[in-house]
Amino acid sequence: MAAVFFYLFATIMIASAGVVIFARNPVHSVLFLILAFCNGAGLFLLAGAEFLAMILIVVYVGAVAVLFLFVVMMLDVDFAELKQGFIKYLPVGVGVGVVVLAELGMVAIGWRSAPSAADAVANPLIPQMSNTAALGQILYTKYVIFFQASALVLLTAMIGAIVLTLHHKPNIKRQKIEEQNARTRENVIEIKKVPFRTGV
Amino acid sequence: MLTIGLTHYLVVAAILFTLGVAGIILNRKNIIVILMSVELILLSVNLNFVAFSQSLGDLTGQVFALFVLTVAAAEAAIGLAILVAFYRNRGTIAVEDINSLKG
Repeated sequence: MAAVFFYLFATIMIASAGVVIFARNPVHSVLFLILAFCNGAGLFLLAGAEFLAMILIVVYVGAVAVLFLFVVMMLDVDFAELKQGFIKYLPVGVGVGVVVLAELGMVAIGWRSAPSAADAVANPLIPQMSNTAALGQILYTKYVIFFQASALVLLTAMIGAIVLTLHHKPNIKRQKIEEQNARTRENVIEIKKVPFRTGV
Repeated sequence: MLTIGLTHYLVVAAILFTLGVAGIILNRKNIIVILMSVELILLSVNLNFVAFSQSLGDLTGQVFALFVLTVAAAEAAIGLAILVAFYRNRGTIAVEDINSLKG
């Protein structure tokens, strides 16, 4: 049964990855990228990495792919023009693809692991513990520095993205809080003596 | 054929990696599809990490895959932000027009 699901997920993932690179419309590319990630999450589940599968759905499908979709729909670009060189690059692309696939295929089929690899296991899988609990157990103890470093990477990315895309239009009125706080009674209120029955 | 081993995962990841590399070359003009191809490549790498983690019984591969995912998300956010800023300034995202840093 697991084999059936493996072939199902793998076939759909590879087919939708093909559509991602061959589609004319980038919106279709993004949608098939989402499909590829969902099936990749299925493969992760079959490999026993439940937490990563859920993270793949949440982070990729929920955030990254939606970000791609926003950008594709926001930019008013003539995508047919961007597709122009496709035929020109087709022989090079297919050539490089065949070479890379042949090399990776040779590695994937012909590899052997060193006999000492089984002794070098750093964090053995614990069968009676769920994947998420086991991952959390080592992520927050053994790898806490790397965890914090990746948080720093995300913070940098967030600030960088905001700084890059935020821009102020000059002719929009905005609240200036420091100016409001600096107001004093003396420079705001003017007391006038109003003469009787004449007005200011 | 019916028992799924490490090699099956490796072959699937290799095909996905190849599609990503070919996608970068085929869509030389469209930087959005190039970014999507990079995401495909990173997914295939993660698939390798998880497959080896399962087959060697070592959780470290999954930790590493988690960090790869983090960096990939940051990379996508920064890349798209640069793209939006560039489009706002120049009105185009064609890759051959992005050459103002060239001497």
